[in-house]
Parts: sequence; structure tokens; C-alpha cells
Amino acid sequence: MVRYEANDVNPDMSTLEVLDVLNEELIVKGEEPIAFEHDCREGICGACGFMINGVAHGPLPATTVCQLTMRHFKDGDELYLEPWRAKAFPLIKDLIVDRSAFDRIIAAGGYITIPPGSAPDGNVMPIPKELADRAMDAAACIGCGACVAACPNASASLFTGAKIAHLGLMPQGQPERHHRALAMVRQFNAENFGTCTNIGECEAVCPKEIKLEVIARMNRDYLAGSWSRRAR
Amino acid sequence: MQLDSRTPHGPIEKLWDQARFEMKLVNPANKRKHTIIVVGSGLAGASAASTLGGLGYNVKCFCFQDSPRRAHSIAAQGGINAAKNYHGDGDSVFRLFYDTVKGGDFRSREANVYRLAQISVNIIDQCVAQGVPFAREYGGTLANRSFGGAQVSRTFYARGQTGQQLLLGAYQALEEQVNAGRVQMFPRTEMLDLVVIDGKARGIVTRNLVTGKVESHVAEAVVLGTGGYGNVYYLSTNAKGSNCTAIWRAHKHGAAFGNPCFTQIHPTCIPVSGHYQSKLTLMSESLRNDGRIWVPKKQWDKRPPNQIPENERDYYLERRYPSFGNLVPRDVASRNAKAVCDEGRGVGETGLGVYLDFSDAIQQFGIDVIRERYGNLFEMYQRITDEDPYQVPMRIYPAIHYTMGGLWVDYYLMTTIPGLFAIGEANFSDHGANRLGASALMQGLSDGYFILPYTVGDYIAKHKFEPVDASHAEIARAEAEVAERVQRLLSIKGQHTVDSFHRRLGKIMWDDCGMSRTARGLESAIEQIRELREQYWKDVNVAGSADDLNQSLEKAGRVADFFELAELICIDAMHRNESCGGHFREEYQTPDGEAQRNDEEFSYVAAWEYAGADQPPVLHREPLAFEYVHPSARSYK
Repeated sequence: MVRYEANDVNPDMSTLEVLDVLNEELIVKGEEPIAFEHDCREGICGACGFMINGVAHGPLPATTVCQLTMRHFKDGDELYLEPWRAKAFPLIKDLIVDRSAFDRIIAAGGYITIPPGSAPDGNVMPIPKELADRAMDAAACIGCGACVAACPNASASLFTGAKIAHLGLMPQGQPERHHRALAMVRQFNAENFGTCTNIGECEAVCPKEIKLEVIARMNRDYLAGSWSRRAR
Repeated sequence: MQLDSRTPHGPIEKLWDQARFEMKLVNPANKRKHTIIVVGSGLAGASAASTLGGLGYNVKCFCFQDSPRRAHSIAAQGGINAAKNYHGDGDSVFRLFYDTVKGGDFRSREANVYRLAQISVNIIDQCVAQGVPFAREYGGTLANRSFGGAQVSRTFYARGQTGQQLLLGAYQALEEQVNAGRVQMFPRTEMLDLVVIDGKARGIVTRNLVTGKVESHVAEAVVLGTGGYGNVYYLSTNAKGSNCTAIWRAHKHGAAFGNPCFTQIHPTCIPVSGHYQSKLTLMSESLRNDGRIWVPKKQWDKRPPNQIPENERDYYLERRYPSFGNLVPRDVASRNAKAVCDEGRGVGETGLGVYLDFSDAIQQFGIDVIRERYGNLFEMYQRITDEDPYQVPMRIYPAIHYTMGGLWVDYYLMTTIPGLFAIGEANFSDHGANRLGASALMQGLSDGYFILPYTVGDYIAKHKFEPVDASHAEIARAEAEVAERVQRLLSIKGQHTVDSFHRRLGKIMWDDCGMSRTARGLESAIEQIRELREQYWKDVNVAGSADDLNQSLEKAGRVADFFELAELICIDAMHRNESCGGHFREEYQTPDGEAQRNDEEFSYVAAWEYAGADQPPVLHREPLAFEYVHPSARSYK
């Protein structure tokens, strides 16, 4: 752990802006700036994320570190910043980890197969509003990895469950539903994420408020897929 | 340099079908022998790479972020347009085409825009089929809302996260192709130069952002889907990493740059709160569906908004533009906001803000309906400002958001370099001088799913490609140049950080090449930019080394390119002696302050050719003819 002092912090600054200002000072002093991942700075790209005092994305619920302002801290506070810790997320530098395991889980089955040009009219299949809304709730996952970092087992269940739920709730996702669950869970195991023991830390820190019920859907689809044995 | 748009001839509604039939095809068995490089994994890049992979080509896709899903398309909030006319309110392909040409202030190519409108309906179908969770009506059909510049409801949306959901659809399709072995994905890899051999684009030089390794990739065609250059203003709604490097390097190799001064300022963004501000947050234009924009009638009125009675409020857009009201296009809304703030009637501590008020909508529809439509946007606003838009009006101010300009492309999305294509925001084409809301998502996917896969195939089928390998002289030269530039930036070790230069560049651009431009201001801007650029190369301090992850170095290269592009933007703005769309020259306005176009002299695309370091760029004009939408004064009154 390296200790830095950030002075003249304006309460409207986000945690990343505090780091920006600190980094500017470090560069001018000839020291190495702190490396941290970020891009959109508005809580949607999922690039940013680290532990603040042991909590993924810091103390405010449903908020990423780029959206967390210093209003929620007091003058003189000490903030311990740590990268996401998980075997499946190897450390690259400072607060930056390798989350490509997430991309590989999606590649294994987190999609609907449909070549462009072959789709029917969008209104051909009416989808009940409640279903579309629930799918949207699950689809809101930004792939930041906070769930993995918070979980004592470093499980990727909330992430994987979210995609399985999003696609599995919708009529378009039915043809591949069982295969999807089997393939994605298989990949998640191959990546050395831990298994889910229903602790719930993931839901507590998720900046998009994804619900634990997506894990239940994942388990159900996985089970159904295993039994049917007709899935690929 | 010859500009030939290669637009087919005939009735506009048949052009694209005709072109598709006339384009040559690559035999299915031969597709895998051809390598295509796609740089950028946003809506345009990911849809292109996944579609090309699905067709059987060997695709290499590159992005500088840690995952293709981080592309800034993800942040688009409001929605995507399509001419479905599900509401029976008068929409049609022709109307969308008409609205887009008019919204672009008659500075785009009719054929391209018509095709965009035509394809828009297919895009919705494709996205629905991919499982994009668009909002639905109670009966289960797709929901719509209205957006600026349109009097029909044609925007499809997924809460306030339409960009994210569309991008995830394309990203998932991309990952499917990666899994199938047809697309090789290179994340954390930045393109730093283009390789041109025998006049054709044959590859790129990249730097691995973790190891620092510089290497080249060879292909038969290169596609740039690298987004817009709004970050030349430092503060914009773009992601921090968004940059112009890929298109700028291509420009220096001979790709003409179209209409660089057509930059879009979005009227509804959260105002700046301090000097450390790192970017500006967009508040979706969809909010203007229900929000009413106003400022106090009196100057310097610092009363809290809820204490200002109705008769002392100026709902200035409703007053000036009765038929479009709060839904006037972005350039009109932005200029009006600036005008009222310049008059001293702006709100908030800095006086640079106007109100976007939902109290009437909440009263009319109930808070639950408003929460459902805009819930996540209201939360985002509250997180950042600590103000509750359900209780007090939102404060908003215009900010740089999108760039209509970009690499010049013909009807086949090819630049002036054979084999180099540009798609999405990276190209100049369909939006003219002003983009309508909800059409960027439409253009990115149209280019990537439904146009490029045909046109790249046509190019490949019509050319023979000499094999090129890593030992080719041009590759060695390009790699050496990239490595040398990296070393040069690191060796300066001056007094000021990259960001401090970037901020200063951004301020010059915002002050003199922003919402409102004058010849004198632009001349001054060009001088200041040149001086600052010289200082940069003598005084910048880039931390760290070349051989590992070095974010300071990444920024340094991008800012160096922004300096050069900034000059071109000002030169373009200075030469275009008219006001149109997002380009407002104070010397050319109507008596009531609206943009005054000069169709006689400026109805063309300004395509600039790079003529060498410190040489003035060369202007080429592509004349624009409007046969279907007759240029008129663009009135939204």
C-alpha cells in the first residue's frame, strides 16, 4: 500500500477526478502516476472499478466509482483503494486487472444467433411489457466485475446469470436457452471463478442493481439443460 | 486527388438495390482467404466485424479498451430512429430521409441519406432478433418516442440505455464470431498508423497498451470505426479515451477529411462544476419530450427556481418556435441557450445553465410515469449534482457531443485511399451540418450490418492483392516511425502534463471555434493552436516508459494528433463563409439571429487533403445537388 495525500479536494469531484488531480501532481514531481481503468465517466461502460475501504465501488449503493462524489466523505478521511481481487482477474498494474474472462463467458453463449438480414419484422412477436422490463433489468449489467470482487468465492454468477436471464426471458432467446446456460456456466468454471453459495454480496454492490434472482434463473436453465441432454 | 462519390444514377428509392446487384461478390469458398481489419468495436465496428466474420471472412478487430464492450457507443441514451410508422402518425422512409436532409441543413449527400432511412427499418428488426430489450407497449409491440427535429414518433428505445443495449447486441454477435474462430479480437491494442502499399490500404501498425510492443497487421482492406473527435475540445460528452488518432493518421496518408468544422453541440448536458472537470455528462435529448426549457425573464435573477412564478419565466424555445417548441434540433436549442446566458439570464452558480423543468409533466402524467420513462437519467443527474429533478428543475448547458465531420467516404463507404473504409461517426457522410437525435445509433448499425459487408466484398472481388508480409519495406518504415514518435514523446520531460496542454487546447477551441465563430476569432485560434503545439513538443512531460502500461503516454500521442486536427477544424470553419447546422458564423445570420446559409457558394462537401507538415491543406469540393428535398430556409417556428 502506498500512501498519498490529496489536498484541496472539492466535494463535487468524483473519486476518479481526485485521482486525476493527484496524478497530475505526481507526474510533475517525476513520480509514476496511479494506473486505473476508466472511460465514460458516467457509470455505463463498466471500465472503472476498484475497492474503496473494502467495498466494491465504494459506500454508495448503485453507484460506480466514476459517479461517486467526495460529498460522501469527510475532510481527513482515509480511503484504501484496491483492485478487484480474484484468481480469474489477474492483476495488470496498480488498480487495473484483466477481466477478459468475462468476454470469454459471453463468447461461449451469451448471444442469440441471427445473421443480419434474416430477421422478421420487429413487431411480429409481441413481448409482454413486464417481460421486456424484466429482461431490461437483467440486461443493464455493465460488466464491471464488482460482483466478482465482492463475492468471498469470487464467483461470476451474477454476471453470468444476468446475461442468461436477459436472453432467456425473451422469446428470441428460447431456441438456444439451454445450450446457452450450459456453455456459459462451463466457461465460467473453466475460468476459475468460484461457485455461488448464496451470500448476496454481489447484489449489494452491483452498480446496476441486478437482482440475485438472475442466479436462480441461471441455475434453473443449467439444470434443465443438463437433464434434457438434447442441448449441444 | 479526385473526389468521385460513385453514387449510382436513377430513382433514389432504387439506388441501393441497384448497387447491391451490381456489386461483385466474393465466392463463399474464397472469403476465408481474405483478411479484413476493423479498428474500433463500437456500434459500427462491432456490427461490421461480426457480420464480416459471419460471412466467412478472416477478421481482425482492434480496440484500445480492455474489452470491445467498452466502446463509447455504450453511453448513448435516448434511442434509435427508424421509419417503421408503427404509430400511423405519418412517418415513412421518405419522411425520415426528408427530416434528416433538412435537419442536416442541406449539406449531406441525398443518396446516402435515403439509403440510411431505407435501412433503418431492417436495423430494428435485427436488434429485436438479437434480444435487445426495447421498451414495449402493453400490447407487446415496440414503443416509440419523439426526438428533436421530428414531428413524428419514430425513436425506439431501451429505457435510457439504448446505446448500451444496441452495443451489447453487436458485441455479443462479435463474441459469437470470436468463439467460432472467424474474428480475432485484439483488445488493449491501439492503432497508431496505417500501412499503404502501392496506393492501397494494406494494414495497420499497432501498439499493445500493456506490453508496449509495436507490431503490424496485414489485410486486404482496413475499416475504421473509431468514433468522433469531440475530445479535441477536451471537455465533451465523449469517453476519456475517445480520440482522432486512427482517422488522423489515415488522413496524413491521403484520406480526405470531410467537413471537419461540423461539430455538434448538444443542448442538454450537466453544466461544468469546477476546474478539475474531466468530462461533461449528457442528459438525453429524450428528456426534451417532457421537460420544458426556461430561464427567468429578468437578468441576474438568482432566486431558487421554485420561487419564480410562472409569469416571470421565459419558455424561450416555445416562444420562438411554436411548431417545434422544445423539440427544435440541437444546434437551434444550443444557440438559444447560449444567447439567453450571454444576456445574463442563465441559472446556477456560474450563470451558464438553463432549466429543464419536469413539474408540468409530473403533474400531467404522475410521477410514476415520469420515473418509468427517465428514472435512470434522473438518478444519474442526482448522483452528479446532488439535486433531485423530481423536486427542482434540472440545470443543463450545451456541450460538445458529436462530430458530423470525419473521413470523406463515397457511396460505398470507401475513403480516398483504396481499401480504406470509414464507418459510423468516424466518417463524414449522412448527417450534413447537424445530426438529428437518435440517428447516430442508426447510422453506425446501418453502416456496419447492412452496407459495409457488401461494399468491402465488392472492393475485394475487384482487386488483386500482392502478398505482403512483415518484412515489407513499408511495414518496417511505419513501425520504426511509430516507435520513434513514442520515444520522442517520452524524452521531452518538460514542465507540463499532457492533460494541462489538452485543457488549454480545449479552451481555445471552445472559445473561438465552438457554438459561435467569427473569422477573427478563428484566425486567432489558429495562431494560438500553433504556438501551443510548438510548446507541447518542447515542454510536455510524459511519465513512465514505453514498455509497459503507460496511460500518460497513451494520452500524449492522442493529444499530439488533436493539435493538428484542431487547426484543420478552424481552417475549415474560416473558409466556410456561411452559417449552417452546427457551424455558426456570426457574420452570416438572419436579422432574428438564425443561421444564414449560402447555398449558391457553399452547397458542397469540403474535403481537405493533407499536404505535408506545416503546409496549408488543399481544399477539394464535392458539389451537392438536391433533387428530392429542396433546400429551404430551415425553419422550426
